[in-house]
Formats: sequence, C-alpha cells, structure tokens
Amino acid sequence: MSGLRTWVLVGNPNCGKTALFNALTGSRQRVANYAGVTVERKEGVHTTRKGKTFRVVDLPGIYGLSVQSPDEVVAREAMTGKTKELGSVDGIVALVDATNLDRSLGLVLELKGLGKPMVVACNMMDLAVKRGLDLDLALLEKELGVPVVATVATKSKGLAELVAAWDTIQEIQKSPVESVLPIAERFQKIDEIIQKCTRRQMGPDRWTHAVDRVLLHPVAGLGVLGFVLLGLFQAVFQWAAPFQDALEAMFSEMQAWAGAVLGSGPLSDLVTQGVIAGVGAVLVFLPQILILFLLILFLEDSGYLARAAFLLDRMMARFGLSGRSVIPLLGSFACAIPGVMATRTISSRAERMTTLLVAPLTTCSARLPVYTMLVSTFVPDRMVGAGLGLRGLVMFGLYGVGIIAPLVVAWVFRRTLFSGESQVFLLELPSYKWPSPKDIALGLLQRASGFIQRAGTVILSLSILIWFLSTYPRGGTITDSYAGILGKWMEPLLAPLGFDWRIALGLIPGMAAREVMLSALTTIYAIEQTGEAAQTALSEILSQQWSFATAMSLLVWFAFAPQCISTLAVIRRETHSLRWPAFAFFYMATLAYGFSWITYRAFLGWEV
Amino acid sequence: MKSLADLRPGEVALLAELRVPRAVSERLGELGLLPGARLEVRFEGPLQRDPIAVFVRGSVLAIRRKEAAAILVREVRTLTQEAS
Repeated sequence: MSGLRTWVLVGNPNCGKTALFNALTGSRQRVANYAGVTVERKEGVHTTRKGKTFRVVDLPGIYGLSVQSPDEVVAREAMTGKTKELGSVDGIVALVDATNLDRSLGLVLELKGLGKPMVVACNMMDLAVKRGLDLDLALLEKELGVPVVATVATKSKGLAELVAAWDTIQEIQKSPVESVLPIAERFQKIDEIIQKCTRRQMGPDRWTHAVDRVLLHPVAGLGVLGFVLLGLFQAVFQWAAPFQDALEAMFSEMQAWAGAVLGSGPLSDLVTQGVIAGVGAVLVFLPQILILFLLILFLEDSGYLARAAFLLDRMMARFGLSGRSVIPLLGSFACAIPGVMATRTISSRAERMTTLLVAPLTTCSARLPVYTMLVSTFVPDRMVGAGLGLRGLVMFGLYGVGIIAPLVVAWVFRRTLFSGESQVFLLELPSYKWPSPKDIALGLLQRASGFIQRAGTVILSLSILIWFLSTYPRGGTITDSYAGILGKWMEPLLAPLGFDWRIALGLIPGMAAREVMLSALTTIYAIEQTGEAAQTALSEILSQQWSFATAMSLLVWFAFAPQCISTLAVIRRETHSLRWPAFAFFYMATLAYGFSWITYRAFLGWEV
Repeated sequence: MKSLADLRPGEVALLAELRVPRAVSERLGELGLLPGARLEVRFEGPLQRDPIAVFVRGSVLAIRRKEAAAILVREVRTLTQEAS
C-alpha cells in the first residue's frame, strides 16, 4: 500500500470520523495493530472518480495532542511520520463537529502547528443546520487558513468536494509551522473566530436533553436499562437459535456427504469428525456473536451505551471497575470471546486486565445447554411458593453466580494483582442519533472476520486434536482411546467432586466448547440415537447413573471452570503473552474445584 | 470554596481553579474545563448521586464526584437565576 498518497483522518471522538472513513473507503479497509500497543490501526483506500488512489488512515479519536494517553501518542507519531507502519503522511483531514465547533475547532488550531497540508471537514452539517446554524464557510476558511468543506459523512455528502480540496492542496506549499497557543488562548481564539463566522447561532439540542431526562432518570433510567439488558440476552439466545439450528443441519449434511464420498477409514474420519466438526464448532458461535455485536453497535452508535456506562458506573466502582467495563462484561453474557476483545477500549491497564480476566466467569450462552440439560434431568419440577418453579429458581441462581462471581473476583484482583490507580472516569455523553445501517454493517463485517480468524484457527486445530485423542488408538470405543486413558487418569483427581471417569472424559472435548460436552457424553454412553432423541436418552441414562450430588456438583463446576480453549486463545491474543491465559485457566480451575467440592459435600446423600 | 462535586442538577457555575496534577489539567483543558468555563450540571447518577453529567463547552461530560471535588467553582447559581 505504499506509494499511494497517504492522508490521515483526525478528530474528536463522536464526530463521525468512522462514518467518514467508511464513506471514503467502503469495504476496502483493514484493521491491524500498532506494534506494542492495543490501539487499532484502520487503513483503507479511496479511489477518486478520475481513478486516482489515496491511502486513508483512520487515527484514534483524540481531544488534543498534548496528553500522553496511548491514543494521542499514536496519533501524534502517525502525523509526524514517526510510525514505521505508516511511513510518511502527506496530509491531514481534520474532522470537526458542526454541532460543536466550540470544542472541536480547538484541535484544528493545534494541528496547524504540525505544518502539514490540512483540509477541514465540517461534519454533521445537516444536524447543525437543522438546529438553526448558519455558518459562513468561506470566512471560516479565511480565518483558519485552511480549506473547509461541509460534509455529512453518513449520507456521503461533501465527499467529492473534500477529495477535490485534498487533491488541489498537493500543489500548494506546505503551510508554515505556526506556534501553538496554550489551551486557554486557543479556545479564546476559537470563540472569536466562531463569533465572526456565525451568521445565526445554533439552538440547543433539546431532543437529546429531553430523552436523557427519561433515560438518566434514577428510576425510569434504570428500568429502561434493565429492559434493554434483558432484551439483549433474549434476542441473542432466541434470534440466534434458528440460525444455529440451520448451521448444525448444514454441517451434519456436509459430514454425511463427505463420509459418503470418502468412504470409511482414517481420512474420512479426519475430514468428517475432525475438520468439518471443528469448523462447525467455530461457525456455530457466529450467529450469537453477530447478533450480539449488531445490537451493541446499534446501542453504541445511537449514543445509548454511554448512558448505560453512566448509570452503572457507581456500582462498578464498588468492585474496582468503571462504566467502561460495562460493554465488555455485557457482551460476555453471550460469549466471552467478543467480550474480551471489547476490553480494548479500556485505557486503564489495571481495569482492562481485570475486566478481561473476569469476563469468562460470566454466564456465557454456551453454558446454557448444559445447565438446561442437567436442571431438567435432576431438579424436580416442583413449585416453590407462589408461581415460582424450583427449576427456574436454580437457573436464576446459576445466572446469579455468573453475575456476582466476576464482580467479586474483579474486586479481589483490583485489590491485589491490579491495584493500580483507576484512571479518571471522564466520559462524553454524545447527542443521540439514528445509527447508520451502512456503518453498522461494516462494523459487523470487521468483527465477524476478526472472530473467525482469531478464534477459528484455534478451535479448528484443537477440535482436530481432540478428535484424534478420542478416536485413537483405533479399534475400541471411546473409552479405549487416548482421551479415555486421560479420563481414567484424571478420575482420582476429580472423584472428590463426585465425577467418575466418564465425566472426566467428557470434560476433555468439553474444552473445545462447553456445549460439546453433551454430545461427548452421548458418545461415551454409546447412545445410538441422534438429535432430540439422543438428548432424551442421555437424560434417562444420567438420571439413573448419576447421583443428585454429582449433577449439582457438575453444574457448579460448569459455572466456574475454564471450559473454553477459544476464550483462552483470545486472551492470549489480547495480552500478547501466555502468562495471562495460563493464569486465567488456573484461577478458574481452582474456583471450579473448590466450589464444586463444597457443592458435592453439601448435597451428598440427598434423594430428590 | 465550593467545588463541582457540591453542585446539583440545575445549577450553573464558573470554573475557578483546577486542583489537579499537570497531566490531568491538560486533559481536562482539552475538553473545555478551563478557568472561566461555564459549567452546568444536568444529571446525577441513580446510585449515590454519582457520577454527574456536566454540560461544558458544547458537550455533556460524565465525571465522578470524587474527581469533581478537585474542580473549584465560583458564582454558583440556578438555571432560572442565570436566565433572569
């Protein structure tokens, strides 16, 4: 991508920079990392109507250049050509928010000090005009000394003019380096300039304020939040189900087809049960992750997520976290993998590491099939009090553990391992806006491909490994395989928890993905049926073979245990080390062992 | 002297002084929190009235009262008083 003219997009957060970047580059963009930092690098290519190509780099949203936060350091270095991944930068597109020129123009003045060719994109112009703004852009251009173009990124308006300004500036000499005024004087100058160029001032954002009166109301606000969270979980579980079923059916078909084509034998098995099953195990997560991200992107784009962070900040602070951890932990309720990935937005290392490490303790959706199976098999269908079913209560309790455990462990971590000072909690509550479908679609595409790449390779290779361990040496049933030997070896370790070698064996494929344990159990108990019939058959066998205590113990084990290699793999990716996934594994395994043991002892001898 | 942490929704004041380390004052400055800036408290959190949402230089910022205590203010009035 070198050799292209390189332009960077700079601007405050929440001024539509992502929308502008998307409008300029479309799907021709990619996300990468800067060496050593968790700040993401987004690059793309824009081709003009005349066929000229430019390289566009989206820098992180910043408020200024003087502070040392990772985002600002990255932006500053990129613009001054010190980032080796980017090379030299030919020009800057400074984005300002037409609905908030007071603050966003401050960055423009600061950027002038860099002496690079610059064009100002005055974005969200439509919203400002709607609120009554009448701005003399020509005069503003004169006052600032750089070209100014009005844009509406979400509607791709003003882009041609922007690129034209961009293009012509190539011939003009670099603007002289201006001395940068200190902040107070800078804002004073901005106020003067705005005063001069504004023919009619913009009215206040009554709409956002009015909506906030409800959404930030102590009672109504929390009510709406609870509703939104509940809706989020419901949507993820229910909307994903038909897609997941369809995917499972598709993969079963593929397995059957491959089996027929390849006949029998090791190659056939490798392909059907190793590769196809492995790929299936990855892709079966996809509907949930996509739906979750779709909803989160929607909430984020609209501005609501900032309100959620505001409402929950105080509660999170009690546990050493902040409102910034809300989104990653929320996401983890569907799947910890995107949840862990979402911790990138937390700039405080202590808070980020803590959130990242406790995310797997939340009740992720993969635990649900196991919970459901065990509860419906072992917990009697009784009523407790008025209208409360015992089964529902137990499920609620399990969910409760999945909420309380991460918070308590976070508290412990913040007091011991990651006791750094929490960063100043300063969050902007942006104006509400209707999310742009195009931007959400692009965001979704990025998240999905990111997930498939990262988790996919790991799950696939491990699924093959686990298949291998469960099938070889050939000739016997699963109990004679390497996995079986492993299971028997693990039995004395797990016996105090009420687990026999069969359960131990089931936990091994269960490491690939939690719900895989159920299908592993059908294999272990040599159940011949498939699908629904298999589940019923399994349920019957288990209710006869397992004690109540064992089942309860397994439930608790599942609540805490690190039964997901993919999550560990993503933790490794995000922390760039093996130390942290190993730590996550051990602390979770310890909690699982301890609580499982207590549960087993507590319920031993119960006849329910 | 009063600080931002003492204000309730509906109150307006001018920023008098930032009793914070240099790095923090720079960060706050970029957001428009400078001496003389108009601060309008709009909302407070549901739990223990924390954090607070302050309208300053065109945008609404959420800040914890603990940190707001370091932002000293003067000329505290209510919105209605300011209007008159």
